[in-house]
Amino acid sequence: MSTPNLNTADTSASRAFSLKDFLSSFMLVELLKGMRLTGKYAFRSKITLEYPEEKTPLSPRFRGLHALRRYENGEERCIACKLCEAVCPAMAITIESEVRADGSRRTSRYDIDLTKCIFCGFCEESCPVDSIVETNILEYHGEKRGDLYFTKEMLLAVGDRFEQQISADRAADAKYR
Amino acid sequence: MSDFIFNYGQGLFSAPWWVAIAWPTIWALIKVVVVLMIVMGAVTYATLWERKLLGWVQIRLGPNRVGPWGLLQPIADALKLMTKEIVRPANSDKFLFYLGPVLTVAPALTAWAVIPFGPEIAVANLNAGLLFLMAIVSMEVYGVIISGWSSNSKYAFLGSLRASAQMVSYEIAMGFCLLIVLMVSSSLNLTDIVMGQGKGYFAQMGLTFLSWNWLPLLPIVVVFFVSGLAETNRTPFDVIEGESEIVAGHMVEYSGMSWAMFQLAEYASIWMLSILSVTLFFGGWMSPIDSALFNWIPGWIWLGLKTFFMMTLFIWVRVTFPRFRYDQIMRLGWKIFIPVTLVWLVVVGVWMQTPWNIWI
Repeated sequence: MSTPNLNTADTSASRAFSLKDFLSSFMLVELLKGMRLTGKYAFRSKITLEYPEEKTPLSPRFRGLHALRRYENGEERCIACKLCEAVCPAMAITIESEVRADGSRRTSRYDIDLTKCIFCGFCEESCPVDSIVETNILEYHGEKRGDLYFTKEMLLAVGDRFEQQISADRAADAKYR
Repeated sequence: MSDFIFNYGQGLFSAPWWVAIAWPTIWALIKVVVVLMIVMGAVTYATLWERKLLGWVQIRLGPNRVGPWGLLQPIADALKLMTKEIVRPANSDKFLFYLGPVLTVAPALTAWAVIPFGPEIAVANLNAGLLFLMAIVSMEVYGVIISGWSSNSKYAFLGSLRASAQMVSYEIAMGFCLLIVLMVSSSLNLTDIVMGQGKGYFAQMGLTFLSWNWLPLLPIVVVFFVSGLAETNRTPFDVIEGESEIVAGHMVEYSGMSWAMFQLAEYASIWMLSILSVTLFFGGWMSPIDSALFNWIPGWIWLGLKTFFMMTLFIWVRVTFPRFRYDQIMRLGWKIFIPVTLVWLVVVGVWMQTPWNIWI
């Protein structure tokens, strides 16, 4: 019974001697080729983006910080249907609703725990009135525990502040929807 | 310049204890401190240059945030390492654990004593300079063994065993390279070795760089350089460090400044081997062409330029080649380098006996 010989030194010895191979390995031809290649790469123009000064372009579908939107007359869109709460796979959304004085159903509480959120965008997809959306804001942080627990007021404030960008992104993406 | 300072200091007091004992001691210390400062500066900025070059080859920018073009990065790194805690494993040998890094870094810095920076500039112009170098450089393996053993960790121990085997094997090939240089220059004094390269057929024509040892001893230069890579445990011979298999070899248990000592030693020996190969094969401080403009540039600038190029070659090799398999490292050292150097030793020996001897 013969065992396969895996020793490289022996297999190369069993091959016929070739002066060309010997010289090419002795003169380090292959190694010099490799060094020439890396040497060329050293002078290529760099692909690094220097982040705080330069930024990558963002898609209109980018899923960042959440926002609650309003209609143009200032009425909040959310009708407390709780579809987003139901669809949220991370159970990050908590909604409580009540009947407002004019008889319409509105939320009395709309909280998103961003530390639970996985930014899947299902809340936005499920929303029948385009109220909860994900903006393209990605540079935000919390300094203490609880800073990333966003309440209804905070979400509405984000929506008010970035409404222009949000509607522009929605308009840009509308033809693919 | 250095003579002027020496004479000025000697003239400060006329008492015999000052002229004969105190001032020469202080003078030697001054020289040591100056050389150490230069080496340390070179070592810290070698890390930056390495990271920059690695970045460029990988089409990145490299560190560029601390200071302009990242120039303060090594200082930030040093500060970070100095303020970090040194953690000693509970079952390690305390004395040996702290002796390891010291024994690694001390030879790497001691070796600089005999390097000539100019015709008359060396900390110690020893007659047996090459022998001293050989002895000091091989001391470095003790630091590796001791730190690996005293860490009381499997990975550190395996790493140090690999390291010692590899360093000892390649020292033989390197020793033969030095022997050949010794043969052709018939001196162990590094200053004489450099001087010997400045004469010959091409040097008379003004093309000094063709008279340097690298041309007639071409295979030996390559063997010396590659052995140098293996001696300093650089890629492609860095199975000792082997991040992907044994984490960091003998350095795995070290942290903070004790770890920084190993890095210091590594980069100091890289510079050391670069300047040594320049001294032995590339004409030391001599200008490559014997013309007025080139001779006007001081020797230490030529030496610095050549050394920087050799050091860049170390990084270039690192960025190009993947790690060798361990048995291939041993095969290269024992079955290829030692025969090649031995054959070339005989070739050069015979050559020197013929009428075409160029090293008279």
